[in-house]
Amino acid sequence: MKRVLKRLLSMIPVLLGVMLLIFIMLRIIPGDPVSILLGEHYSQDTIDRLTKAMNLDKPLMQQFFSYVLGVLHGDLGVSYIMKRPVTDIILQAFPHTVKLAVMAALFAWVIGLLTGIVAAVTQNRPPDRIFMTLSLAGVSVPIFMVALALQYFLAFKVKLFPLTSDGSLKSMILPAIALGWNSAGSIARMTRSSLIEVMQSDYIDTARAKGLRRGAVIFGHALKNAMLPVITMMALQLSSMMSGAVITESVFSIPGIGRLATDAVQNRDMPLLQGTILFTTVIVILGNLLADFLYAVLDPRIRREA
Amino acid sequence: MSKENVLEIRDLHSSFFTDSGVVRAVNGVDLVIPQGKIIGLVGESGCGKSMTAKSVMGLLRYPGRIESGSIRFMDKELVGLPDKELRKLCGNEMSMIFQEPMTSLNPVLRVGRQVEEAILVHGKAEKRAEAKKLVLDMFEHVGIPEGEKRYSCYPHELSGGLRQRVMIAMAMVCRPRLLIADEPTTALDVTIEAQILQLMQKECRESGMSILLITHNLGVVAEICDFVYVMYAGRIVESGSVCEIFDHPAHPYTRGLLHSMPVIGGDQEYLYAIPGAVPNLLRLGAGCAFCGRCEKAQDRCREEMPELKAVGEDHFSRCFLHETEG
Ligand SMILES: Nc1ncnc2c1ncn2[C@@H]1O[C@H](COP(=O)(O)OP(=O)(O)OP(=O)(O)O)[C@@H](O)[C@H]1O
Ligand SMILES: [Mg+2]
Repeated sequence: MKRVLKRLLSMIPVLLGVMLLIFIMLRIIPGDPVSILLGEHYSQDTIDRLTKAMNLDKPLMQQFFSYVLGVLHGDLGVSYIMKRPVTDIILQAFPHTVKLAVMAALFAWVIGLLTGIVAAVTQNRPPDRIFMTLSLAGVSVPIFMVALALQYFLAFKVKLFPLTSDGSLKSMILPAIALGWNSAGSIARMTRSSLIEVMQSDYIDTARAKGLRRGAVIFGHALKNAMLPVITMMALQLSSMMSGAVITESVFSIPGIGRLATDAVQNRDMPLLQGTILFTTVIVILGNLLADFLYAVLDPRIRREA
Repeated sequence: MSKENVLEIRDLHSSFFTDSGVVRAVNGVDLVIPQGKIIGLVGESGCGKSMTAKSVMGLLRYPGRIESGSIRFMDKELVGLPDKELRKLCGNEMSMIFQEPMTSLNPVLRVGRQVEEAILVHGKAEKRAEAKKLVLDMFEHVGIPEGEKRYSCYPHELSGGLRQRVMIAMAMVCRPRLLIADEPTTALDVTIEAQILQLMQKECRESGMSILLITHNLGVVAEICDFVYVMYAGRIVESGSVCEIFDHPAHPYTRGLLHSMPVIGGDQEYLYAIPGAVPNLLRLGAGCAFCGRCEKAQDRCREEMPELKAVGEDHFSRCFLHETEG
């Protein structure tokens, strides 16, 4: 418990740093938000008024602090384009991304674990070779290609699935596979090598010498140990998962966080962009925290150290 | 097969089929374990002691396997026995403890559960509560204090000595007829070693269980074994009762081994070591595997493999010397 609290507190400097970074970056890139908002033919007076209203006339430091203060109150500012509070917009989009991410993770873990285990127990025999070749395709084909291919063949040609997402579970299947594809490949490969290594351990001999069946040895003794590096790897990959979500959501028109981010970039909608990046950062950090927690549940040696 | 023998190994060959060639780790081993006796198996690192033990327990891993020979346990032939049948014996009628108590327990499972598993898998208890009671009894029996508390410990929370006791508890919990102990005390300090050996000796006396004790510590052998097999490069080179072997070692290798034992109060200025190194098992010649390091090697030793011949009562040695000497 204390450990979790400590980790949560350690998020604060990271978040502040990220906030500062985004803030500065968005001020450096060309394009004045006021003129974007107004278009070209407005009087200087209007421009000044708007600049004042948007706090853009204040010194940068002050702008930053009022932004941080707002964030602490759950206020991420108002979207320039949609004219609505960014917090509302994000919270509305979030469930779509959650649905996509959960389904993608489910796909990745189920497929990755199954193929990884089968490959490990049939080491160097045909099933192993087939799965490892497939998983190589899994990790090396870029996500937009997977997404477009799935969409073209399974949705457009065969019409098994809808072309774009309408929020239904069925329409989320292709996006989930596209997003989970890379991870499934990495999980499979990592599970295989980790399990093969664990199966060489002395305690596996002990388990076998007890008279346990092969299945009991693998699932009861080896798998838990083999999962540890896989979990660490997945935690590290969480941020690339998030960027994968941006692509997937664009391809399948899912109104999630990733779509918000692309829209915000296109429209120079700074408050929205700031908000989505900040939100994503929080998710990634929380995801890592969850991985640590899972790791501790699986490995008693870590648990007691804290 | 004689009634009072628990295990009889005849001409066992176990090899590793590696990319660089066939490693003959066990190259024609004969070994007999009578009931209620402690049998020592000694030899340098890499001579195939563990592989002999693992062959018996069916623990050889790809690319290793038993090539030929016979392993009779009680009235069953283990070579070629279906996996399912072998599993019924392992951990039940015969069990094994390993060298490293640190790594031979699963780090992510509670030790109590690991011992309990042996009971449940062989149907010695119906319910978990019943099994747990057996585990706690066993813990007490092998001298683990505060068993209830230790039951839910993880291996890293126990000392090396306690971990090895847990291993012994696990191996003994189904009351096996044969215990194979592969260097059970090598990783422990001397006081703990003495305690663990005493414990095994006690088990042997009380329950009539037999022990195959693998070690490279001849002191341990002298202390608790009844009979010794000396192994070299995959073969038994000498066997005999402890007294015979220590008083009248016949094979040059055994003599070297005994000679290289430190003697307390002895007047040696330096510790003797057998010259040379263990031969590469991939490139064994036709002759005696020890000839490259043997002071008394003759031409014949390089070309021919000597047979295991009787050199005394219940005492055998694999060397041409005895023919010329005797
Ligand atoms: N997987 C493997 N592939 C090839 N050779 C192997 C393999 N495992 C073991 N060996 C060989 O088998 C031989 C016998 O090994 P074994 O473990 O039985 O030795 P040991 O007598 O138990 O030695 P130690 O005292 O070090 O435990 C060794 O020389 C080793 O090189
Ligand atoms: Mg060994």
